[in-house]
Amino acid sequence: MPPTAKSALEAMPDGGAQQPGARQPAPPRPRRVLAARRRGPDSWKGTLAKIILLGLVDAVAVYVLTALFLSQSWAVLAIAALVTVAINWIYLRPGGLPAKYLAPGVLFLLVFQVFVVVFSGYIAFTNYGDGHNGSKDDAISSILTSSQKRVPDSPAYRTTVLEKGGSYYLLVTKPDGEAQLGTTESKLEDATGAVKDSTGKAKELPGYRTLTFQEIVAHQKDVLGLVVPLSDDPAAGTLRTQDGSNAYVFRSNMVYDKAADTLTDTDTGTVYRDSGQGDFVSDNGEKLATGWKIDVGFKNFVTAFTDPELRGPLLSVTLWTFTFAVVSVLLCFALGLFLAITFNRGDLKGKKVYRIIMILPYAFPAFLSGLVWAGLLNPEFGFINNALLGGADIGWLTDPVLAKISVLVVNLWLGFPYMFLVCTGALQSLPEDVDEAARMDGASAWRIFRSIKLPLLLVSVAPLLISSFAFNFNNFNVIYMLTSGGPRFEDTTRDIGATDILITLVYKSAFGVGTGRDYGLASALAIVIFIIVAAISAISFKQTKALEDVN
Amino acid sequence: MSTTLASAPRRTFPRWFRDKGWRHLVGVATSVFAVFPLLYVLSAALNSTGTLAGSASLFSQISGDNFAKLFGNEQRPFGRWFVNTMVVGLITSAASVFLGALAAYAFSRMRFTGRRAGLLSLLLLQMFPQLLAVVAIFLLLSGIGEIIPALGLGSQLGLIMVYLGGALGVNTYLMYGFFNTVPQSLDEAAKLDGASHAQIFFGIILRLVTPILAVVGLLTFIGISSEFVIASVVLTDPNNQTLAVGLYSFVANQRTEDWGVFAAGAVLAALPVMALFLFLQRYIVSGLSAGSVKG
Repeated sequence: MPPTAKSALEAMPDGGAQQPGARQPAPPRPRRVLAARRRGPDSWKGTLAKIILLGLVDAVAVYVLTALFLSQSWAVLAIAALVTVAINWIYLRPGGLPAKYLAPGVLFLLVFQVFVVVFSGYIAFTNYGDGHNGSKDDAISSILTSSQKRVPDSPAYRTTVLEKGGSYYLLVTKPDGEAQLGTTESKLEDATGAVKDSTGKAKELPGYRTLTFQEIVAHQKDVLGLVVPLSDDPAAGTLRTQDGSNAYVFRSNMVYDKAADTLTDTDTGTVYRDSGQGDFVSDNGEKLATGWKIDVGFKNFVTAFTDPELRGPLLSVTLWTFTFAVVSVLLCFALGLFLAITFNRGDLKGKKVYRIIMILPYAFPAFLSGLVWAGLLNPEFGFINNALLGGADIGWLTDPVLAKISVLVVNLWLGFPYMFLVCTGALQSLPEDVDEAARMDGASAWRIFRSIKLPLLLVSVAPLLISSFAFNFNNFNVIYMLTSGGPRFEDTTRDIGATDILITLVYKSAFGVGTGRDYGLASALAIVIFIIVAAISAISFKQTKALEDVN
Repeated sequence: MSTTLASAPRRTFPRWFRDKGWRHLVGVATSVFAVFPLLYVLSAALNSTGTLAGSASLFSQISGDNFAKLFGNEQRPFGRWFVNTMVVGLITSAASVFLGALAAYAFSRMRFTGRRAGLLSLLLLQMFPQLLAVVAIFLLLSGIGEIIPALGLGSQLGLIMVYLGGALGVNTYLMYGFFNTVPQSLDEAAKLDGASHAQIFFGIILRLVTPILAVVGLLTFIGISSEFVIASVVLTDPNNQTLAVGLYSFVANQRTEDWGVFAAGAVLAALPVMALFLFLQRYIVSGLSAGSVKG
């Protein structure tokens, strides 16, 4: 990138420009000038690194911009071009040091943390999901291709399957003996130079490789997937082959009327109209599976709070999310604090051994803990029921109440070591003299703990408890790995269960197995979590005055 | 308990118990609670029966069958998952520590307009975990993939970029606190001696906070290697997946059949992380409490 390199060199401060007057009190000048002058000389290594890095970034940018240009995404192209220009400007101009250090991090933060949140907000107001993936035009052409049926009186096109550069083509011999070539993306065109065998069937074409029968069998899926348009007009139909030797004409039984914006099934005569909900619906309410993405306003939120299938379960899930987070924090803190007090004795033997053993659950990867405990607690085959309880049949994970208790116990197992470590640290930093003074005054051990140690401890630990609450509020791994949210509620057909928390519900709505993907609803639920988390953070900021520390 | 009894010379048992004995009792009970599931995985990994219902007692047999099966399964390539996790984890933690340090340096050492606003937004941003926006991330990557396939769905590079965006807020804020503890007079002195801002950053600040960088990097690595939600959505091809996604697929459908093999995989996946953790326990603990008390 010659221009970049040149201007980068120009931008460098002149060698040895360390100001001789830097030691003297600086005259009052605008700050930026001062900052620029104060900079020491960059070494040649630094300059070289800068040129190479910026060159690499620009090279990638050029590639991305070209790709965007080719795909005709003009809005994104404009933004990407702006970002590229901004990056070059930041690093090539003299001064502006903070921006040079901040730019790379801020870029990632903006795209993958800030933008995705805004984007979630947008998706929450659409019907994005299975069956509503693209534009209306995409939906129409997809309906036309998917509703194709073999034309009953279609002549047989004798067919050879060809391969070139990893993609497959159909070389067909029309009933009138003319050879034509086409593939899914390009319509049937005359194949000049095709070599014919004794029966008049085209079998080879220069530049292409003819597939043997074995190869056709081996790549059956690709060959059967070939849908070759007969002409530019989708209504003309397509050629498909089922065995690789004969192809037949397939034609859609749907006809799209552009003026009336309706689809008509030519077999039954049913007319499907745009329902305004991103679907084609017939007069008697029958809906076509493929729809398109539209903005639906607050519909997702309204569904979440009013749909009887969802309202009840969602309320239970929200309550359980709070219960789970609060109880988890309290349990872990209580156990951690108790252990910290128990082992806060300098002369206790084996203290280090206990400490290491107790940290083990914290060091064990969290996603594995859930899976391992799921095996341990499995009602039928699990070790606890089978070995420890001698073949008992206790539904640790299948009974709604027991499953909740199990989740809490497993989360206690995961979380108490952290609280133990934190409380130990906090206890050891408490001043000794207060303790002594209280003892002189005749306070009991419990009284000292209750009235002196605990309040002092809470001051330093409170922020940690709040962040621990925020973490558990979205503690996806434990729930999903242990119970997947189950056992399922019986009053709904959706995949929602007694131990589901809000974040697992988001995941299951968007990527769940079995049920359709509903990105819109999932994002709406995510926005609800956002609001709750924001409210909690606002309160905790007020409490801890963390904002005042920022100066 | 015999050793603990011996440690109470010249005292009556009730007095010793009230003073120390109960502490050992608590210690032993907690240790059993803490260590039992871990022993159970180890035992299941070494038990060749392989199913969940396999054995009624721990360590009833010791064999390496499950480990052999684990590495022999072509549909679930454990070795590749392991490598993938290392690659994704190491690149993400190294890059996010570096980018975070750059930003923290600017916030800690320079005064510019928007600094306070920037710090406040970082503080707020780190409150919102990235997994909340998983749907948007999925759709964004699928959009990117249509234009640049190397960064889209199914690519580890795309996943790393997503993780970088998520890790930066926390890391920058954490490191900002630590950078502030390095005395300003050091850079002033270096500046007078003619050092450039880059020399001060790489030569002085980064060297002084190396232990912190290591801790932040390690915590990021541990976090990333356990991350399931985003990885499961982005990485669909078994050859690309990380341990968290891959091992989940072992037990997701038929929780009982492949149990032994899963346990073997779990043991191998957990060992490096646990070893690192215990080895660097002291630093991690100090980093944890110091860092989070600040936030």
